Amino acid sequence: MSIEPILFYIFSTILVLASAAVVTVRNPVYAALCLVLAFFTCAAVWLLLEAEFLALVLILVYVGAVMVLFLFVIMMLDINLVRAKEGFIKYLPAGGFVAFLILIEMAVVLGPENFGIEVTGEPLKHAADYSNTKELGVALYTHYAYPFEIAGALLLLAIVAAISLTMRRRPDSKYQDPAEQVAVKREDRVRLVKMPSENKQ
Amino acid sequence: MIELLLSIWNLVPEALQTLLIIILKIVVIAVPIMLTVAYITLAERKVIGYIQVRIGPNRVGPRGLLQPIADGLKLVMKEILIPTNANRFLFVIAPLLALAPALACWAVIPFADGWVLADIDAGLLYVLALSSMGVYGLIIAGWASNSKYAFLGSIRSAAQMVSYEIAMGFALVGVLMAAGSMNLSTIVESQSGSFLHWFWLPLFPLFLVYFIAGLAETNRAPFDVAEGESEIVAGFHVEYSGMAFALFFLAEYANMILISILTAIMFMGGWLSPFQGIPLLEDLFSFVPGIVWILLKTSFLLLLFLWFRATFPRYRYDQVMRLGWKVFIPITIAWILVVGVGVMAEIGPWFD
Amino acid sequence: MSKVQYYLKSFLLWELLLGLKLTGKYFFKTKITVQYPEEKTPQSNRFRGLHALRRYPNGEERCIACKLCEAVCPALAITIDAEPREDGSRRTTRYDIDLFKCIYCGFCEEACPVDAIVETRVFEYTFETRDESVMTKEKLLAHGDMHEKQIAADRAQDAKFR
Repeated sequence: MSIEPILFYIFSTILVLASAAVVTVRNPVYAALCLVLAFFTCAAVWLLLEAEFLALVLILVYVGAVMVLFLFVIMMLDINLVRAKEGFIKYLPAGGFVAFLILIEMAVVLGPENFGIEVTGEPLKHAADYSNTKELGVALYTHYAYPFEIAGALLLLAIVAAISLTMRRRPDSKYQDPAEQVAVKREDRVRLVKMPSENKQ
Repeated sequence: MIELLLSIWNLVPEALQTLLIIILKIVVIAVPIMLTVAYITLAERKVIGYIQVRIGPNRVGPRGLLQPIADGLKLVMKEILIPTNANRFLFVIAPLLALAPALACWAVIPFADGWVLADIDAGLLYVLALSSMGVYGLIIAGWASNSKYAFLGSIRSAAQMVSYEIAMGFALVGVLMAAGSMNLSTIVESQSGSFLHWFWLPLFPLFLVYFIAGLAETNRAPFDVAEGESEIVAGFHVEYSGMAFALFFLAEYANMILISILTAIMFMGGWLSPFQGIPLLEDLFSFVPGIVWILLKTSFLLLLFLWFRATFPRYRYDQVMRLGWKVFIPITIAWILVVGVGVMAEIGPWFD
Repeated sequence: MSKVQYYLKSFLLWELLLGLKLTGKYFFKTKITVQYPEEKTPQSNRFRGLHALRRYPNGEERCIACKLCEAVCPALAITIDAEPREDGSRRTTRYDIDLFKCIYCGFCEEACPVDAIVETRVFEYTFETRDESVMTKEKLLAHGDMHEKQIAADRAQDAKFR
């Protein structure tokens, strides 16, 4: 028996447990760390699918940057668990209904009739020198070039919007500019004046 | 005797054989790293001492050569204190989270032609992804200590590492554009030629940015605001003692060596001899194996780390952020455009 | 400085390179470390170290219990009790210096009219218990006897400046 199925089941078990823990664990910091673990094992599963570029980018972007900022915020907030749990019963029907709807939608979209092995076919095994990254790049920049550009423009828009919404100039605040201070020369500040000596009166 | 060992070896199933060989390779890589880390601490104290017109540690062993061992023994013997109200589990696991990525990165480092544990295609990306994991150890350590200084330190280091990772990533993008590959061995091979063919010349701004961002990533002086002895005592590891503290130390120094060797690989031609292609000198130095060259280059860059620490005062925190976001990222983006033009126009001798 | 020159300098890290050059130069300078237990730095004859009580050449202790040192001591480290001796001369029965309080300012030495209390060149001393920190009269006299030669030589050298 090859080792891949064993690895797959180990990683999927960890992935499912970690994802479950994200929503069940009391401590929000633990929840965030469980999410990190989930991303990490997810990347491992993707590696088994020979999608090494996506797996590494998942770690780089989500684990390395997004979740760090998340953890940051969660650690700074002093979340009152008792307050947070207030009204759990009250909102349970609405929340349950939404969850049920999402479940149905996911079942319809991701069901076996769309994503089963009969539909997509068994993933091909590639040789060791096969570059997943290159394939991805070729697909993105030829076939999907237009959607890719649109997505890029949207992201740029979001960045500019976020900066312009949060950036404030404070014209009344005073501060020093050390670079300017250092760059000052004697000639800029001191003026030597020649004056005739005055006669004694 | 050898025949007996070989026959035992042949009895072992094949899957186990490869596993054992891989583990052996890991040991062969990890043990020298640990020893180097130990001796870099001595080198650091010596170099900084020399620059400050002192002679540094010289009591333990001849010329202080056993000092790291004495330090290590001391740290092993010490008690690991866990502060009250600290989160015990996370407090204990944080040093491991800091050390593991620092060591895991070494899997893809080529030490010489073909001397690499895992010759994977996305090596550069792997290094980047794993080094971005290192920040978790710091954040968790700071939070789990239940101490305000530790928390402040971890916030500082996390913000700093996340911002400099971007500049670092862009610098690497320049390298992989120039080399046309993310495989570290291929990157080195694409630099073959004399030392003028190495990437430090066409990618000079990226080389500077990468090395300086590396200083910031490892929280070394002059970017050690995360430790900031004068303001926040020692940053994220204030509450740590004994072996747990030593692990943070190991992680920091292992990261330092990693950044140095990566810079050597990506900008200074890795294991290639600097005299390649120069008529007389090439034959003169042809007996020197590749690993010596890469180790020499790495040692030089490590010396720079220590030299910088002895020379520059610590950056102010807002200036660290300004440098990362407003200087380095624009420089890298601009130079990536230049590199793109160079690659398209196939400007020799680097991009042809 | 023109703008172009300024930007060129800042992007080439010129000032930082100057700093590195300076520290690099110091790397090769002769080191001035003193290997302490084996080597020692020279001491001044005015060095203010551990205290001692002196005697006259005939063996009579100098101190006359005038308590000037006790009065001048800024750290209140000196405690003196005095009584007439059998021969009628005024002598101390107790002369304690608490070395934990003492700041080694040398005022006691300056105040002393008979050069009895002095500070010697000895600075390498340790205590193993807290009460050892009090130098009693016996200890001070014994210390003075031990180093009398050096003490006298130092005072003689300094005499013309007093």
